[in-house]
Amino acid sequence: MNSFTGTLRLARLAARRDRVQLPVWVLALTGVVAASASSIQSLYQTEQERLSYAMSNAGSAVARVFNGPVADPTAGSITMTETFSFTAVLVALMSSMAVVRHTRQNEETGRAELIGAAVVGRHAMLTAALLVVVAANAVLALLIGGVFLALGLPAAGSLGAGAAFGAVGAAFAAVAAVTAQIAQTARGANGLAGAVLGAAFLLRALGDGLARPAGDGVTVESRWPSWLSPLGWGQQLQPFAGGRWWVFGLFAALLAAGVWTAYRLTDHRDVGTGMLPVRRGPATAARTLLSPLGLAWRLQRGVLLGWAVGVLLMAVSMGPLGEEAEELLATSEELKQYFAQLGGGGAALLDAFFAAVMGMFGIAVAGYTVQALLRIRTEETGPLEAVLATAVSRPRWILGHILCAVAGTAALLLLTGAGVGVSYGLASGETGRTGELIVAALAQLPATLAVAGAVVAILGVLPRRAIALSWSILIACLLISQLGPVLELPQAVMNVSPFTHVPFLPVADLAVTPLAALLAVGAALTAGGIAAFRRRDLAL
Amino acid sequence: MTDAIQVVNLTKTFGDVRALDRLDLTVRTGEVHGFLGPNGAGKSTTIRILLGLLRKDSGEVSVLGGDPWRDAVALHRRLAYVPGDVNLWPNLTGGEAIDLFGALRGGLNRRRRDELIEQFALDPTRRCRTYSKGNRQKVALIAAFASDVELYILDEPTSGLDPLMDAVFRECVQEAKRAGRTVLLSSHILAEVEALADRISIIREGRIAESGTMDQLRHLTRLTVTVETARPLTGLDALPGVHDLHLDGTRARFEVDPEHLGRVHRHLADLDVRSLTSTPPTLEELFMRHYGEVPAQNGEQASRPAAASGERR
Repeated sequence: MNSFTGTLRLARLAARRDRVQLPVWVLALTGVVAASASSIQSLYQTEQERLSYAMSNAGSAVARVFNGPVADPTAGSITMTETFSFTAVLVALMSSMAVVRHTRQNEETGRAELIGAAVVGRHAMLTAALLVVVAANAVLALLIGGVFLALGLPAAGSLGAGAAFGAVGAAFAAVAAVTAQIAQTARGANGLAGAVLGAAFLLRALGDGLARPAGDGVTVESRWPSWLSPLGWGQQLQPFAGGRWWVFGLFAALLAAGVWTAYRLTDHRDVGTGMLPVRRGPATAARTLLSPLGLAWRLQRGVLLGWAVGVLLMAVSMGPLGEEAEELLATSEELKQYFAQLGGGGAALLDAFFAAVMGMFGIAVAGYTVQALLRIRTEETGPLEAVLATAVSRPRWILGHILCAVAGTAALLLLTGAGVGVSYGLASGETGRTGELIVAALAQLPATLAVAGAVVAILGVLPRRAIALSWSILIACLLISQLGPVLELPQAVMNVSPFTHVPFLPVADLAVTPLAALLAVGAALTAGGIAAFRRRDLAL
Repeated sequence: MTDAIQVVNLTKTFGDVRALDRLDLTVRTGEVHGFLGPNGAGKSTTIRILLGLLRKDSGEVSVLGGDPWRDAVALHRRLAYVPGDVNLWPNLTGGEAIDLFGALRGGLNRRRRDELIEQFALDPTRRCRTYSKGNRQKVALIAAFASDVELYILDEPTSGLDPLMDAVFRECVQEAKRAGRTVLLSSHILAEVEALADRISIIREGRIAESGTMDQLRHLTRLTVTVETARPLTGLDALPGVHDLHLDGTRARFEVDPEHLGRVHRHLADLDVRSLTSTPPTLEELFMRHYGEVPAQNGEQASRPAAASGERR
């Protein structure tokens, strides 16, 4: 027996446990890349459109912070720029979470003890996890490469670009292999890996944002911080612009270093322990915790904080984008048309841009609302039984969570309007629009609350189906409002989504009637949901 | 009001599964009442109806003189509940969870809380996500016994506790009894209920099979005796109250009704006893003997009773 005995058997176990989860991740990521790549092919069809895209990227630090640089004005490089930076982050998340799931989580739940007592080598569990995750990334690389090929992009570039996605995944599998040794809980290990991912994103954004123009006005050269980030490496590979294939060596070196470090750490620690101490907490509760509302806030504040950071980052990037909107939208007739449709049509391009942005934020923030309300369901299958056995009535308990979700939604929308307005003011010098944009953002609240009402009603009537049904509602709204105008869906279908009824601020005037109607629908559904929750058995 | 809990003809179905079938249960004020049954017999369902978490289909239920569904909040101020499977919030500490349950119930005795944390040897500064099952159980027990209430409803409260902590738990129950409180203690361990309960109700397939004091139920607790003697064991099969005799020269294993134990003892003494053990039956044995069935067990034990019953019958 050596330290790898049993690896293949454990790899089969890990693959079986992930037989749904990993394929769904891989297929969904491929789908996201395929959808945006094919829309890019239709948006930038002529030489002229591609050239002006590259020039606007070279001239805009904001565009490069989010998408990275364009290697050259070809369809392949534009596709790489538009698909890579965001999807690569998701690939990294998929990979690091999967490694943690099959290593530290096994230790935390005690499964590793059972496995370790069998004929299994010291390094088998970690190696099995890495094998499965690297294999998943290889499949992903081939699928994405195949998608690019199918869209008619050059063969070498397509396969190289696919491999760049997979290489980022493998690199973050190695990162998670190390963090899983350091932290004592799966949550902690995921948190550390997430912090490394965040740092990688920031370094790349910094290096790309500060890039030097190459002299031709079309391309740029990223600065050194981009080269410290695996996310930056993926783009510096420039698969469609000749390809710097030696960059794969950097990925290989990181993978090797991570795996070697993780093996050394497993040699020097006990099963179940980590290298970081477990944090202690207070021995007694603060007064603010001691009520159903206080408890709900405590359980929900972390999620809200995460959303607030994300929404604020997105919002403040929209202001400078708005400043460049006219120029940016002028690069493509189809893009201009798309925003005009989303933004209510006809008006000044800048206002249409803002109206479209607010519509997107409205639905994005509704994602928070749904997530926050579904905490009600998680509690019901967990500690709720013991809570309702105390002197807390069901309406009082559920209202605590609803109140937190609604207040959080309003706060996120306020943050959206203020973020867009202030950043636009700073970028353009025109500071007077903040109030107007805050109103435009808050106008999304009634539609969001109508969705919230539907979720509460489902929680009251069909608790066991609530999670799937609630997310389906949100996805339906997203599809209707983003694709409806483009596909010219019939009005009856468009009307199903509450977001259809929100006035296009700041293009249109503030219409009170539809907003009041949405609020009424939301309130009625919420009241019905609470009444049903009060009357039914707990669905434990 | 002399009965803390009064249940008559209680029925509850989930889909086409009849979980409770005309169940009757009476718990007198001030007594410790053992609620005994194998897993899946309907103990937790009964308790959840007593707490107003589930709705009864039919029958009469009264807890502390009120209707547990209609008067849930008012009644819950006067009772404390420990679930069989304690779920806590992973990011709260044990101390915070105890305080929270206490406050939501309407306040808890701080001095008693600190004493109990000490006795149960719980570290209240650790996050609940790092607690073992036993530690989560302790959190719920401390929160319950630090509350000043009339009725304690405990659903298999000792699963996961080690023997030392089990002793602390028994002391808590006895103290509650001395203070005149009522305790409903559900369990599938006969010995635990026998040690603590004044009266016992045995539930089987959603109905009460027997109910009474431990003495009244003495006929249930037939003892298993294993004996080795110097002289050949003869005449055992002729004695009254001896069942299931397995004889092998100077060794024997058999079961005996408690009221006939003295007579058997005198007989064995004449045969020069070398070793003798007598053990009370487990709930599983009791169910097999009295109801001729193997009680439904949770997953990991499901394969065992079949072998055991083959040997015994």
